[in-house]
Amino acid sequence: MTETVKNTALFLGVAALVVITGFMQSWNSAILIVNMGLISAIMAIGVNLQWGFAGLFNVGIMGFVALGGLAVVLVSEPISPEAWSAGGWGIVLALLLGAATVFAAVMATKRMPKGRSRTLTILVVLIAGFVIYRAVFDPNVMAVEAINPAAAGNIGGLGLPVLLAWPAGGLLAAGAAWLIGKTALGLRSDYLAIATLGIAEIIIAVMKNEDWLARGVKNVIGLPRPVPYEIDLQNDPGFVESAASLGLDPVTASTLYVKLGYSVLFTVVLLALLWMAQMALKSPWGRMMRAIRDNEVAAEAMGKDVTRRHLQVFVLGSAVCGIAGAMMTTLDGQLTPGTYQPLRFTFLIWVMVIVGGSGNNFGAVLGAMLIWFLWVQVEPLGLWLMNVITFGLPEGSALKSHLIDSAAHMRLLTMGIILLLVLRFSPRGLIPEK
Amino acid sequence: MDLLNAFVALSNFVLIPAIAYGSQLALGALGVTLIYGILRFSNFAHGDTMAFGAMITVLVTWWLQSMGIGLGPLPTALLALPFGILGCMVLVLVTDRMVYRFYREQKAKPVILVIVSMGVMFIMNGLVRFIIGPNDQNFADGERFLISARDFKKMTGLEEGLAIKSTQALTVVVAVICVALLFWFLNKTRTGKSMRAYSDNEDLALLSGINPERVVMYTWLIVAALATTAGVLYGLDKSFKPFVYFQLLLPIFASAIVGGLGSPLGAIAGGFVIAFSEVTVTYAWKKVLGYFAPAGMEPDGLVQLLSTDYKFAVSFVILLIVLLFKPTGLFKGKAV
Repeated sequence: MTETVKNTALFLGVAALVVITGFMQSWNSAILIVNMGLISAIMAIGVNLQWGFAGLFNVGIMGFVALGGLAVVLVSEPISPEAWSAGGWGIVLALLLGAATVFAAVMATKRMPKGRSRTLTILVVLIAGFVIYRAVFDPNVMAVEAINPAAAGNIGGLGLPVLLAWPAGGLLAAGAAWLIGKTALGLRSDYLAIATLGIAEIIIAVMKNEDWLARGVKNVIGLPRPVPYEIDLQNDPGFVESAASLGLDPVTASTLYVKLGYSVLFTVVLLALLWMAQMALKSPWGRMMRAIRDNEVAAEAMGKDVTRRHLQVFVLGSAVCGIAGAMMTTLDGQLTPGTYQPLRFTFLIWVMVIVGGSGNNFGAVLGAMLIWFLWVQVEPLGLWLMNVITFGLPEGSALKSHLIDSAAHMRLLTMGIILLLVLRFSPRGLIPEK
Repeated sequence: MDLLNAFVALSNFVLIPAIAYGSQLALGALGVTLIYGILRFSNFAHGDTMAFGAMITVLVTWWLQSMGIGLGPLPTALLALPFGILGCMVLVLVTDRMVYRFYREQKAKPVILVIVSMGVMFIMNGLVRFIIGPNDQNFADGERFLISARDFKKMTGLEEGLAIKSTQALTVVVAVICVALLFWFLNKTRTGKSMRAYSDNEDLALLSGINPERVVMYTWLIVAALATTAGVLYGLDKSFKPFVYFQLLLPIFASAIVGGLGSPLGAIAGGFVIAFSEVTVTYAWKKVLGYFAPAGMEPDGLVQLLSTDYKFAVSFVILLIVLLFKPTGLFKGKAV
């Protein structure tokens, strides 16, 4: 069996799983799996860029995904002139002052000769900067958050079409990644891992607590959509007629239509990114990346700027994750910072890349689809399994109810076992790197 | 008088909580640092190992409580702790045998072992949630306070109260005992010395006839004991919730790295550095400063540098500063 045949068979296998879901459960849940699978595939491509191409160990994916979500709010929410006149500009000024403080401190570190006077200058700059920053920041934040706190209380967005938020999410994530990469990329692999893990937690903490930005844990709901609303479709006689001609009732047809609309959009983005990633992999740039990954010292001796290339690929990969995050928030129609969990948004993506085959873009896509399908379906399967196991136990026994309640936690266990089995018996993944 | 009041308020809200939290972090960081020193990888599953050991302890505590066995003023969990440690030891030894040993024999790169430990983390996390559920569990009993704020005020006649929770005192005592035992073991016993030798120079240790598998086994046993103790103390002091242990991973790693990975003394120092900075930066200083400021000059705001939700940011910033200026940590650690 040649490689192409095997890979096609693998993809067809995952497609078959989805079709089976469609017939056994419902087409709505099947397409939902596909949509999230497509988004996961984009995240996996981002991680594959960093890990598969360059060997960078980034466990802060959750942070970049969340930043993408933030971009959706900042770009597509309606403009709130009240908030801007109340304190929006003040907040911007405070943030600029904060950035200036950090910049001044960095400059002092770099330019001044080592010694007591340098330490003193840095301390004075930092403390004075912090006090000024808080003095400007706090009243303006209070002013913004005081505007209609039950429904708004944030600075609103730019009122632009929501599709523009996707590249914006990528840009925002890229900006954050550049800052992080500048400080943390010189570190050894495990240190980079801890650093990115921490940064992701900080990004989530900021999004949860800075209510002026995107309402924090009060969530932003009802974000604009790039596809029509179901209710409009159901009221459209033309749509109802064509649905009836297909033998579907208008409600099901409209939900399917909307979901399929998302699927088409996501597929377009995925294909574009996949094409770019493939081109990058085949280009001299991709070969250089892999050379650096396999032997940093040798690559450096050949005159490659390892730190710069690492920064480049780190920013690119994070941007891809940011785009995926923006797409996911668009699909959900809401931004809920409380739901970002590292196990789901960082480590699960890693399982996808490893299982699919690190270093191979198609592998990452396949792994993402397959693992996302399992992540969704393990729960009902576990419930079924538990019902079978506890079949003999008397109704209402404590053990039985405990086991059935616990079935929901099967997915973490399953993901761990899958990851370990793949790492042990097929460390190069389902579609290995060429 | 004002000075004394300020000091009491400071101890009540900053010093005592920070010392207790620091001891818990130090015990956790010791586990991370030992694994790094001997097995040479960062164990992402450490938080969940703590959760697993603590979970067994919680279950045994409940059983003991239902049997009516207790320790009077001390929490029953102390009696259950040995069972938790044993359970945790079994778990880590089985994990090592089934998972890690294969990669050790292959001499896999450290980063592969880190990814493997991610898988172990998933499994342990799943196991804990599977057995005890994801919710908060209460298992503390016995006397709640060593000194309550009201008694303290009555005793001293000061305006400020000083409350010492018995779990805080217990944390410090147990942590001191654990650390003393660990250092005695590492410095005085034959096995401990072979562990240090293995950590310093693997090849030389192998040449001198040290059995690596034995060293690794003892390391896991000690790590299990430390992790369980840290987990139980944290659970007694705050509460037992599986997800919280996963989040502890960051401050624990920060402690270990700040102190210098691979250096046990550094792990302890790092634990306290992180704990003290977290508590001081997120504490509202209004009360303490109010005693110092001249009349009429008391601060209006809370004088809180950062809201408590940003405590992760604190451990992280310290981590970055140390890594940028002193990459091997405060105490010279390894740089593999």
